[in-house]
Amino acid sequence: MIITHDLTKRYGRTVAVDSVELEVREGDRYGLLGPNGSGKTTLVRMLLGLVFATRGEIEVLGRPVPKRIQEVLPSIGALVEGPGAYPHLSGRVNLTLFDAAGAGGRRKDRRQRVSDALERVGLAGIDRRPVRNYSLGMRQRLGLAGALLRQPQLLILDEPTNGLDPRGIREIRDLLDELNREGTTVFLSSHLLAEIDAFCTRVGVMDRGRLVLQEDLSSLRAPTGRVTVGSPTPERVVALLDGRVEHRDGEVLTVRHDDPGALNAELVAAGVTVTAIATERRTLEQVVLDATTTSSDRVEAAG
Amino acid sequence: MIGVELAKLFRRPRTYVIAALLCALPLTVAIFLATTRIPPPPGQGGAFLSAVLSNGALYPAAAMALVLPVFLPVSVAVLAGDAVAGEASAGTLRYLLIRPVSRSRLLVAKLISLVAFVLFAIVSVLVTSYLTGILLFGVSTSSAGVALPPDVTSLSGVTISPAGLALRLLGTVAYIVISMLGVAAIALFLSTVTDSSLGAAMGALAVLVTSQVLVTLDAAAAIRPYLPTRYWLAWVDFFRDPVLWRDIERGAGIQLVYLAVLLGAAWANFLTKDVAN
Repeated sequence: MIITHDLTKRYGRTVAVDSVELEVREGDRYGLLGPNGSGKTTLVRMLLGLVFATRGEIEVLGRPVPKRIQEVLPSIGALVEGPGAYPHLSGRVNLTLFDAAGAGGRRKDRRQRVSDALERVGLAGIDRRPVRNYSLGMRQRLGLAGALLRQPQLLILDEPTNGLDPRGIREIRDLLDELNREGTTVFLSSHLLAEIDAFCTRVGVMDRGRLVLQEDLSSLRAPTGRVTVGSPTPERVVALLDGRVEHRDGEVLTVRHDDPGALNAELVAAGVTVTAIATERRTLEQVVLDATTTSSDRVEAAG
Repeated sequence: MIGVELAKLFRRPRTYVIAALLCALPLTVAIFLATTRIPPPPGQGGAFLSAVLSNGALYPAAAMALVLPVFLPVSVAVLAGDAVAGEASAGTLRYLLIRPVSRSRLLVAKLISLVAFVLFAIVSVLVTSYLTGILLFGVSTSSAGVALPPDVTSLSGVTISPAGLALRLLGTVAYIVISMLGVAAIALFLSTVTDSSLGAAMGALAVLVTSQVLVTLDAAAAIRPYLPTRYWLAWVDFFRDPVLWRDIERGAGIQLVYLAVLLGAAWANFLTKDVAN
């Protein structure tokens, strides 16, 4: 769906995006993670033909971008760095104008299309209030409705849950889930780990303009070769397993072991009560922290 | 896209506020003239102003002379400066472009909506000032037509038929639209350069003010014929008998050259611009 090769964008001397090799496959739920200022938004803008690359190639839906961007865009719904709307007009009028601006989409069905999109994002009941008076969450939903007007094959969403409350975030995630099951490829960028962790199946990590990691989430969350064990008598576990206990935190112990089943049997056979036992897996947070260096909004003293 | 731009223009309260302000200026002047009946001495004050006291039907022409030098270009510069920069800073430009609207079409639609605004503003001023003129000054009832004022024509006693007056007004409107398009082109170009609508409007006004100053400066006589504001008032020549075409043609020619060059620059700049706002 999206393939980039050696994609680079420079602004003067700063390199915003550096030799990125992105690959998003059809049907993916791709999450682009990275701290603020790591180049996510610039990358998204290049995919949409808003910003022109300094070097490298982009292919979206099988066509070169920005050369044939006009053929690609009608099949894409996008939200780029916050929603944009005309503040003095109502949400419905805004969507109608945006719908009329783009090619395709019959005029006759316009009212219906706008209503459908509003309903999908939970704004079916909006009145004639101007967007000026909307809350941030409502604006975000309106932006999402705009992205859904043409039933896109590919959704490119930059920070889609910005400004939403926890319930709103959940609703949007369910909506994206539903769209993905209907066949829409979803590419979203976020600096929120939890959001990507809960929704995505594939993740890319950006750090200072570079794509430092790109992999399926399931293989990232591989077992670490350790098992966590909970027991009301941790000292007995330590005595039994001797040097294999790597870490102890109250009643929870981390044991170097490959198979929680076998370990459980061993402990129970020795008469140790086991309250919890599980394979330890790498968390996405750990993966990201390992892959990135420093928060880019941190400004260190030189030298 | 053109329809969308027009809808945006006419759904915006700003459009009507500006038009109302433009109409208010000739109205204020008319009230002062009608209550005091003190005409400006011939050759001074706005064109046609001393003539309207005897014939209210000429007031639309006087109103044009009042709003054209400053008020109308300022409002055109403000709207044109806002055209692209305003969309960029409101965050709507990127959503239009990914809809997708091609950048060239967007620019053309913006220009057409500016023409629509100028026409709307001029027609509002003409209609309100015609009504004001007739109500406050009355119409000279000579059935032969409208007498052209001597301070403009430098010929007294020339009369033109109402149809002739309408035609000349039509020519005036067309000429003013072309003049204002020159202003719009400057501001539109700057609007694609900066993301600040205020900056773009300011820049366009700076060009116009500089041009106005240089027009009156004898030392700058060499470049005078090429200044954008040099022939702005040439539409007055439509009210001479016979119509004096020389300045009108030159003025329109200069504006068309400015229009072509600046729109070309705006187009080239906008097409290759990173929309990073």
